[in-house]
Amino acid sequence: MGQTFAEKILAKKAGLKRVIPGEIVEITPDVALSHDNTAPILGIFKKMGGEKVFNPDMHAIILDHATPAPSTKHAENHRVIRDFVREQGIPYFFDVGRGICHQVLVEEGLALPGEVVLGSDSHTPHAGVMGAFGAGIGRSEMASIWALGNLWLRVPESVRIAVHGELPPWVMAKDLALHVIGDLGADGAIYMSVEWHGELIEALNLSQRAVLSNMTAEMGAKSSYLPPDQKVFDYLDDRAKRAYEPIYPDPDADYTIVKEYDASTIEPMIACPHTVDNVRPLSDIAGTHIDQAFIGTCTNGRLEDLAAAAHVLSDKQIADSTRMIVIPASSQVYKQALRKGYIETFLSAGAVVESPGCGPCMGNHMGVPAVGEVTISSANRNFRGRMGTKESEIYLANPLVVAASAVAGAITHPKDLE
Amino acid sequence: MDGKSIIRGRVWKYGDNVNTDVIFPGKYTYTVSDPIEMPKYALEDLDPHFADGVQPNDIIVAGTNWGCGSSREQAVTCLKQSGLGAIVAKSFARIYYRNCLNAALPALICPDAVDAIGNGETIEIDVAAGDVHCDAGTFTFQPVPAAVIKIFEAGGLIPYTRKLLDKRRGVE
Repeated sequence: MGQTFAEKILAKKAGLKRVIPGEIVEITPDVALSHDNTAPILGIFKKMGGEKVFNPDMHAIILDHATPAPSTKHAENHRVIRDFVREQGIPYFFDVGRGICHQVLVEEGLALPGEVVLGSDSHTPHAGVMGAFGAGIGRSEMASIWALGNLWLRVPESVRIAVHGELPPWVMAKDLALHVIGDLGADGAIYMSVEWHGELIEALNLSQRAVLSNMTAEMGAKSSYLPPDQKVFDYLDDRAKRAYEPIYPDPDADYTIVKEYDASTIEPMIACPHTVDNVRPLSDIAGTHIDQAFIGTCTNGRLEDLAAAAHVLSDKQIADSTRMIVIPASSQVYKQALRKGYIETFLSAGAVVESPGCGPCMGNHMGVPAVGEVTISSANRNFRGRMGTKESEIYLANPLVVAASAVAGAITHPKDLE
Repeated sequence: MDGKSIIRGRVWKYGDNVNTDVIFPGKYTYTVSDPIEMPKYALEDLDPHFADGVQPNDIIVAGTNWGCGSSREQAVTCLKQSGLGAIVAKSFARIYYRNCLNAALPALICPDAVDAIGNGETIEIDVAAGDVHCDAGTFTFQPVPAAVIKIFEAGGLIPYTRKLLDKRRGVE
């Protein structure tokens, strides 16, 4: 019997010939990722008796959750982190404005094929877009990695999703992700490693592939994997911080769940309040009033997403009753969007463009909704209270639909604007 | 459990997809930071009787995906501090499950037992042997892995890491 990606990479990292699902292994990650929560992790690290971090080169610390600081308390938190980074000599530190940690990790060539990324953030499976094994962990676990260099992991069962066919016009990887989450459910892949295969996945660009690895967290998965190909290697050409060795699953590996999807049958999908698996076709809920539209986040804040939104907004104005917020996922995305003219399109349409980071996604700042308001967002979570108040609603959609809805002031299919 | 294998206690039974927001509300995550203070807010938005009624070694029995949503560790700490002996569920959200084991709070996956156990009944769990004894009979679960038992025995990941760190320094 062959081995899945998760089995192969965890066996390799644990120094074992092979491992089986359910087995516990001790591994040292290639990257330990933390963000604004680095300061509370430091508190736990000290409780553990920690002084110097294990291998400073292993750590990537990227400030993104509340950046630039919206309050003195947040600013103090950032200062503690900067002092810590300096004291410990951690080279891979990215201060406010560089971008969202998952995106920056990819852009900086730190998420590499065949490597393990452990992050104290639930969207760490994002790194699977590069063929890395990315998994989220708790803060105490991160502190323990700082102290000891290793952590226990349970070898996960695996899910194999194969997607064939082509995406129809106006349909993006986001719709595929929502369609699959709606099908499998928010607990459909608990503790599992989800592999995405098939000709559609091969055809997608890296930006769209990242939507899939990112959203895999919303099925309860531990990790996500897309087989790295020439597109990945070319992207990493002048970025990779280290030599890397891709890992591929065996064709006869054993999967707990095997699913096949035909992309050509998928239409624009919406995750309705208040769970990500409450997915309905756009046609079911078109016309729902919105107060705010948000383009950004680690899910859909990349150049191709901004291009899609700018395409819809070109020569149009957002509705009088509606606010639109655009936040590029990173400073690199921001610069490219400026050169391509997208930023000008957004400003001309009446949108607000803000500095790279997580923005209002988890309710910190930069455009949180008022009580009773409705937001349509390109993000990955719509839990009750996610954007600050429990008394508001969040609909998740692809960037084309978010932009079209901003123009109409209601949830709208972009083709209906033409 | 801090090393003891047998847990005997009264059951608090809940349903599927209980998220961390109702186990430990987000509004307290920055205002309540002392673990001693946390039990009084435990399950505040799920069961208003729990915080006052929970006794040492009581056991939560729940459906699927217990602890989904945010990865906040306070959702485990508030229950551990309340004296809860264990959680038996059909399944756990992954990071919640890890947070439990790292806090030395047994998180046991036993779907058949969940269906058989009633709210308020007294059950007994042998963590090392992998059995749950209840009115309907005995059910077995996959025992907690030996590698994780070491963390239990140390009283959780923080004391466990401290111990290993001290040991390394002693060797150096």
